[in-house]
Amino acid sequence: MTINYVLKRLGFFVLVIWVATSLMFIVPRLAGRNPIVERMGQTAGAAGIISSEGLGEMVKEWEAKFGLDQPLGKQYLYYLRDILRLDFGYSFAYYPAKVVDRLAGAAPWTIGLFGMATLISFLLGSLAGALLAWPKTAGFLQYLLPLFLTLSAVPYYLLGLVLLFLFAFTIRIFPLGGGYSVAAVPSLSFPFVLDILQHSVLPGLALVLGGIGMWALHMRGMMVIGRKEDYITFAEAKGLGGKRIFFRYALRNLLLPQVTSLALSLGIVISGAILVEVVFGYPGLGTLLLKAVSGFDYNLINGVVFIIIIIVAVGTLLLDLLYPLIDPRITYHRRIR
Amino acid sequence: MNALRERLWGVAAYFRGNTKLLSGVSLILALVLFWLIGSLVVSPARSAPIASLPSQPPSWQYPLGTDTHGRDLLAVMMMGTGFTLRIGFVAGAIGLGIGTILGFLSGYYGGLLDTVIKWTGDVLLTIPILAVLVVVAAMLPGTMSLNFMTLLVASLSWMLPTRAIRAQVLSMREQAYVQVARLSGMNHLEVIVKELMPNLLPYLAASFVVTSAGAVLALIGLEFLGLGPQDIPTLGMTIYWATSYAAILRGMWWWWAPPAVIIAALFVGLFLVSAGLDEIVNPKLKRRGI
Amino acid sequence: MKAEVLQVQNLRVYYQTAVGALKAVDDVTFSLKPRERFGLAGESGSGKSTLALALMCLIKPPGYIEGGQVLLDGVDLIKFSEDEMRKVRLAQIALVPQGAMNTLNPVVRIKGQIIDGIVDHSNKIPRSALEERVHELLKRVELEPEVVNMFPHELSGGMKQRVCLAIAISLSPRVIIADELTSALDVVVQRQVMLTLGQLQENLGASVLLVGHDMGLMAQFVDRIGMLYAGKLVEVGPVREVFKESLHPYTQLLIACLPSLEGKRRFKGIPGLPPLLLNPPSGCVFHTRCPQAMSRCSLEVPSLKEVRPERRVACHLYTEDKR
Repeated sequence: MTINYVLKRLGFFVLVIWVATSLMFIVPRLAGRNPIVERMGQTAGAAGIISSEGLGEMVKEWEAKFGLDQPLGKQYLYYLRDILRLDFGYSFAYYPAKVVDRLAGAAPWTIGLFGMATLISFLLGSLAGALLAWPKTAGFLQYLLPLFLTLSAVPYYLLGLVLLFLFAFTIRIFPLGGGYSVAAVPSLSFPFVLDILQHSVLPGLALVLGGIGMWALHMRGMMVIGRKEDYITFAEAKGLGGKRIFFRYALRNLLLPQVTSLALSLGIVISGAILVEVVFGYPGLGTLLLKAVSGFDYNLINGVVFIIIIIVAVGTLLLDLLYPLIDPRITYHRRIR
Repeated sequence: MNALRERLWGVAAYFRGNTKLLSGVSLILALVLFWLIGSLVVSPARSAPIASLPSQPPSWQYPLGTDTHGRDLLAVMMMGTGFTLRIGFVAGAIGLGIGTILGFLSGYYGGLLDTVIKWTGDVLLTIPILAVLVVVAAMLPGTMSLNFMTLLVASLSWMLPTRAIRAQVLSMREQAYVQVARLSGMNHLEVIVKELMPNLLPYLAASFVVTSAGAVLALIGLEFLGLGPQDIPTLGMTIYWATSYAAILRGMWWWWAPPAVIIAALFVGLFLVSAGLDEIVNPKLKRRGI
Repeated sequence: MKAEVLQVQNLRVYYQTAVGALKAVDDVTFSLKPRERFGLAGESGSGKSTLALALMCLIKPPGYIEGGQVLLDGVDLIKFSEDEMRKVRLAQIALVPQGAMNTLNPVVRIKGQIIDGIVDHSNKIPRSALEERVHELLKRVELEPEVVNMFPHELSGGMKQRVCLAIAISLSPRVIIADELTSALDVVVQRQVMLTLGQLQENLGASVLLVGHDMGLMAQFVDRIGMLYAGKLVEVGPVREVFKESLHPYTQLLIACLPSLEGKRRFKGIPGLPPLLLNPPSGCVFHTRCPQAMSRCSLEVPSLKEVRPERRVACHLYTEDKR
């Protein structure tokens, strides 16, 4: 793996983070409104204070404290500095908790659910898709594909809703939501882990069912063409076993474009995962975000969104760094995206 | 008149034998009809809160029941379908328009312009759209107008079409007929419009469908979090209200199921259309049933 | 007469199209003797690659073997099941493709690609024995041992061709089919590769079927040559004799086209175009371009007959009863 390549991918990673955070800084301010002011106005109003001069003074104090009266450029620099230190301030909704702490609590749940579900649906879907384009596959797979494709068209959270209704409400196999049972005490014991798993089944299933079709379709499309490659014909002329040709010659060569697809889709999939969490009340970033939005907790919103972007950027980076391992040609030539 | 008929016949040829395309378009048309007929038959006032008795299960008077706020859900569905369709397709069209222009510029002229567009697109693609939308939407409390939402979603939908168009233009640019066109004196714009565009139509159509689907997905996602327009009945907000008021647990299936079904139908329809278009572009996929 | 290693009898390979059957290989009969080098020459579209694939039973839909036999040591390969045929490939009949093209797996190292052929044809062989074999094979095709750990894109066209050769001989087959072996290589490398192939063949005692369009190459390498035109075999004979005195008009024209080092002259060609195999001309398939065509030629298909010892032609010029 050349240094050049790694540097390039890291550069991209940093660029993504920077652009994202800058957008989050610029766009709200473009709207011209001052959310802090409005928020304070609301809080003040709720406490019964209606006088506007008092409000004006409060706003000035607030602005001075948070540097909002400084020129925009300076504000931007402070903003970047804080972000780098992961200092998002205090959360309104969970006061006096700091945003970072709430993030640290929720992020692992999301990463676990999203990571596992994506991995499973990617592997299963790709394999199924490849088999579907391969001549000697069992027929029944053919009937499964349309079903999964239809499922994949529907947004994940809708699938989640239906699953919740069917398997948690109508037939009570799985719990109605949450990450673990209400009365359970978190520990590393086996029963607790099992409890967690039980609560992850439905949300995970929503993500997996929704994702398989996409991967299968993509892989199948590529395999239909990839099957005719010269090296496949030669592999057959060598009298190689069917399984070897399928895995080592056909599938292996299609892995790279498929992983590229995966890297590109991370942003979309995680958006869906977030919403699925909301449906199930899963204690991840999704539910946190909902709470933040409904509570107008801007600090928390910023924090959650930032973490989501980080997760996707890191995921993309990891996959990018994986490329040279998958395709030996990448090390030597400039990567074609 | 004959030319028109020939044109129509040509379009119909696309549909012949292509069950996916046919069923997909039919599904979407059905939804459009549902909305159009609905807006003629049912008055929008019924979709407002407290217009009807709250929490009623379906009956002859309220075919889809009512929600806890007293909205007639049939009216809500009809209007909501219209809004969703309009936003989705308008945002899709705008996103496609931007994407096509950028894709052409990028693929045809190459060089620095290409690099800039490509990198910008890649960076924006990596950022989850929902995240940015949430931030923006949350920062603007109060009602977000439908138009603003449309523009917002559209502005982040151009990346995938740009990629697709760019790839196509790159491969087509080297083809003989383009060189011939240039040699025969066409300037770049003429080449783009007269030679490249017609060949790109299937890809443009496919991109439009995908972009629209993405736009609707982003839109409904926002609404699902409660960030959509509060005073207009939309499908996503209906589900939001339904989950906020624990409709599932209260057995009020008529509240969350119809919007879910309509949304699902819309997506399945869009998907079928895109699969059907795929078959036109790559006929090899037609064998073996799907 | 020594028993032939490979006998192709009346082989017909067609392609199913929407408008009918395309006759890529139409009633071809020839045989390959032990330790013999046989050249199958023809232009693009003559059916020679299809023929090569058919001998390995690698024809895929929409192509299909319509009829005929391919006898390896007397046993008809066409009747074999896929599993039986798989065992025959590489072990008994080996294909050497154009290595410079995409015939090697881009993501597997050379070592692995040589080994997997061996492994899939035998029971457990210890790792060390396999590695030794790979080294030995590379030496025989005159490649450096460092090649083992490389990937195909790191090798030149000539080196890739040699790897394909090494793979082909790895199980000491009886028949080696070389398909357009040197078309993508420059002349110097061509010569080296052909020399290597010759040596390998002698060491193995195998027969070589060289399929291609380079007549000059054929002249230098093969013992006997067969001319393929529009899916039909039109002339077969020892190479020197065929070159010195070609019997079939097509062969005559083709050889006359070859540039000569003795003096300058204008390039010659064969007027007309090869026929569409969907709707071949009636009677003799060459008659539309043949300068010596007779009325009979458009009516009756000439069969490949032995008109002199070891010389067979499919042409009405040599049929006894002239009408």
